[in-house]
Amino acid sequence: MKEILEIIESNPKIPPKDIATMTGLTEAQVASKIREMEKNGIIRKYKTVIDWEKAGEEYVYAIIELKVVLRSRTGYDAIAERIAKFPEVVSVRLISGGHDLSLTVRGKSMKEVAFFVAEKIATLEQVQGTVTHFVLRTYKQDGDILFEKERSERLAVSP
Amino acid sequence: MSGKFVATNVRNIPPSGIRKFFDLVLEMEGVISLGVGEPDFVTPWHIREACIYSLEKGFTSYTSNSGLLELREWISKSYKKDYAVDYNPRNQILVTTGVSEAADLAFRAVINPGDEVIIPEPCYVSYKPSVSLAGGKPVPVSTYREDEFRVTSEQIQKSITKKTKALVLSYPNNPTGAIMRRKDLEEIADVVNENDLMVISDEVYGKLTYDGAHTCFSSISGMKERSIILNGFSKSHAMTGLRIGFAAGSEELIAAMTKIHQYAMLCAPITAQMGAIEALKNGAVEMEKMVKEYDRRRRLIVDGFNKLGLDCFEPLGAFYAFPSIKSTGLTSEEFAGRLLKEEKVAVVPGDVFGECGAGHLRCSYATSREQIIEALSRIEAFLGSIQ
Repeated sequence: MKEILEIIESNPKIPPKDIATMTGLTEAQVASKIREMEKNGIIRKYKTVIDWEKAGEEYVYAIIELKVVLRSRTGYDAIAERIAKFPEVVSVRLISGGHDLSLTVRGKSMKEVAFFVAEKIATLEQVQGTVTHFVLRTYKQDGDILFEKERSERLAVSP
Repeated sequence: MSGKFVATNVRNIPPSGIRKFFDLVLEMEGVISLGVGEPDFVTPWHIREACIYSLEKGFTSYTSNSGLLELREWISKSYKKDYAVDYNPRNQILVTTGVSEAADLAFRAVINPGDEVIIPEPCYVSYKPSVSLAGGKPVPVSTYREDEFRVTSEQIQKSITKKTKALVLSYPNNPTGAIMRRKDLEEIADVVNENDLMVISDEVYGKLTYDGAHTCFSSISGMKERSIILNGFSKSHAMTGLRIGFAAGSEELIAAMTKIHQYAMLCAPITAQMGAIEALKNGAVEMEKMVKEYDRRRRLIVDGFNKLGLDCFEPLGAFYAFPSIKSTGLTSEEFAGRLLKEEKVAVVPGDVFGECGAGHLRCSYATSREQIIEALSRIEAFLGSIQ
């Protein structure tokens, strides 16, 4: 099972027949294992990684650190889940250190992101303080290097 | 006119069969190459960083002729751990500039003029010329698909004459991907003992096996004193261009090789030695990842050839498949030449690695899965066109 996941992690489009060859399973077994993992949520979804900038769309990203005052009993989950519902928020993480939550927010412009934080996040009752870091350039994301990849200049034929 | 100055034994070395192909490929674009004898991975970053850091700290001097003691200690430790063989890092290990140098040193250190060296083929292209240059006589022994490209003790026994001095073993094998089991090696060890031979065992692909761990020849009882083990970092840690290898053997044999090495090479480059230390210290995780990926590609390519009707022996080591193309009626060279021109896939004709490789192709699967799949479909098109 882990073997199948490792094979499709970087490319979900690889045909079951090739996965079958690589793992020694039958094509039917591979297909049923994948279906099973899709059903029980081990495979959460298949996603397309898009270079929006290349597609002519410009997005602004910011990392927002929040200090949160906890209400009794509800804990961090309640506030984190509430924030996560905003579509502008791309990720929400509970972190250790000087702050409690770290968000990534996406918007069309710095102004849009700034307004969103000021109006929707900072105003939440439990949010005590925010620090906004605008992203200037992303070099690596989800394990993918975004700058020019290394090209190995191998000889075309060698002993 | 200056050709007359070239020494006879150098002139007598035939031109490399690979070289010819290489020149052809250079002129073409859009070629998928299954002809490459090195990993397609770049050296893992932590190893490259160790090299960079060593340069920053100013490690740019000679090292001892034998190589950095720390590196030899790590090599010794890894042999104890992986194969339960004990080599003293102070006098039984020599760090060399790649395994190629180590092989050359080993031949020169043991061969007297006229000594015969048994070389099972198909095999890596350098052994025969190196033996000749050292004044010895290479005695090739053919291996066959029926024996899974292993040399048998009977075959070796039959090739022994009064002049036989040494036997070369190179498993996991380039170009066939064949491996040796412990039992095969024990039978060979008996013949070696009975005939008072020594063995030069090139185990550079030892970490790339897909059905159980590799058996080091010197781990066979009584063989440590009779063998020189050659190994390096090129294949296991994707460090080909850094040129770093080593030899392990008895004190006397290593001392003899060191004598030549100190005048010919002085020492292996220090930057690569620093990288090799890092590879042995922290390289296991990345190496296992690479081996796993090779295994997947291996299954893809072997299955692909068999489905195309090109009988392909299951290679259990290195990163080569060695399909037979006898069913097409073409020679290896015709097949490879036309495949390159007509479908732009580069492979190496099997007879480059010895006569008995005729009728086969060496196809390296050290290339991406997508490229392998595309290459297979081009080969399919080619097979269709020649029918």
